[in-house]
Amino acid sequence: MFEFIDVKFKDIIDLPALCIEKGKITTLVGTSGSGKTTILKLMNKMLSPTQGVILFNRTNLGLINSVTHRRQVTMLSQNPAMFEGNIRDNLQVGLKFQEKDIPGDNVLKGILEQVKLNKPLDSPVNNLSGGEKQRLALGRILLFNPEAYLLDEPSAALDDQTEEAIIEMVTGHVKDNNKTLVMVTHSKAIAAKYADTIIEIAGGRCSGRRGHDERDH
Amino acid sequence: MNGIIDLTVWQVALAYLFVLIVLFIVRIRNINREKEIILSSVRMTLQLILVGYILVYIFRYPNPLVTVGIILLMEAFAVYTIFKKFKAKLTRPFKNVITLSMAAGTLACLLYFLLAVVRVEPWYAPQYFIPIAGMIIGNSMTGISLGVKSLLEGMTTQKALVEEALNLGATPRAASRNIIDSTFDAAIMPTINSMIGMGIVFLPGMMTGQILAGAAPTTAIAYQIAIMLGILGAVALTVIIMLQLGYRTFFNKEDQLNDL
Repeated sequence: MFEFIDVKFKDIIDLPALCIEKGKITTLVGTSGSGKTTILKLMNKMLSPTQGVILFNRTNLGLINSVTHRRQVTMLSQNPAMFEGNIRDNLQVGLKFQEKDIPGDNVLKGILEQVKLNKPLDSPVNNLSGGEKQRLALGRILLFNPEAYLLDEPSAALDDQTEEAIIEMVTGHVKDNNKTLVMVTHSKAIAAKYADTIIEIAGGRCSGRRGHDERDH
Repeated sequence: MNGIIDLTVWQVALAYLFVLIVLFIVRIRNINREKEIILSSVRMTLQLILVGYILVYIFRYPNPLVTVGIILLMEAFAVYTIFKKFKAKLTRPFKNVITLSMAAGTLACLLYFLLAVVRVEPWYAPQYFIPIAGMIIGNSMTGISLGVKSLLEGMTTQKALVEEALNLGATPRAASRNIIDSTFDAAIMPTINSMIGMGIVFLPGMMTGQILAGAAPTTAIAYQIAIMLGILGAVALTVIIMLQLGYRTFFNKEDQLNDL
């Protein structure tokens, strides 16, 4: 789905070749500051390479309209910002930005259940904890039904039990609907358990790649 | 009572007593502002004397080129004042937008006001053109300054929200909509507030001037109402043009937020 060819971004990223397969779960692992988040931002065009080309479904990403692209390839940032209002407003906001139909409360409640957020739709978002905000933001992008999800540490602020449940749900959703998932994670256990491909990033470069059959046992 | 009492040089000099009082107060209270008070009084005096003689000459020999030249000078000075106020914070494209919106907004309102509302003859009559241009350009300059300040602040303090909106597939316009709306509000509210207090809290300068010069209060009021509406229109128009074009200068052609 994504192909990086001689891509550089400032002095942060240097990737001569990197391929992300369609319909697979890929995890990016590496120490903090190694450039994982920048790679996700390059994939949804929140950043553009300073050198080289990224292909998306064999088309040069530079030629694709950025807004259209971000609606197909949705990124969840590590600290997602919340908009003023309540949980309902924050679930609907993305759909409003994308000029899509707004689903009824039943659908929104279903999404909250999926992300294990047991709160009424009318609760103000100011009262939510970091982990709850992260799950709300995940629910907000699940409503889009995009082609690919780019998740930046989606479970960083969650306890182990919730983390497991959320990742299980997301990966299941991706597999069932034949979507693509690229996920940055600090957890080697999650990478080993759920990823089809694990890509190690160090100093903005790809320092290792392991497929499904070559994983650590 | 016919005409206006002419003030002699000595009578004007008596008004400087007020400056002496202010200087006396700041000295005994130990407020270190004497230099600024003297400098501003002297500057005000010299600038007005100079403008007085220039206006005497311009009114005596009306010339369309001179009128247009003075309007352009006022515009240039207003734009320069805005640039100076924000210094390095303005990018080249944003400066272009400010210049364009000031010129287009104020000139459109000025021409409509003079040619369609007041209907001056000849069209370049300097005693109408110059003071009214001064009021329209001056108030628009204040409006744009407030707008630029609010837009810069919004794009800085709400950067995370704008970025989140882009992330969620918003167009740059939709991502900045809240900032654009609150900026318009911030820029136009002082003009609206001044209209609310007008005639009760204070008598505006132009009306006072006309009454002092011997015009009937009803005529003075008619002019004041018209000019207030003209100012409101000019402030709103310049700020809207600035916002509609200006927000885009914060994004690059890939619809990414530029570094501020």
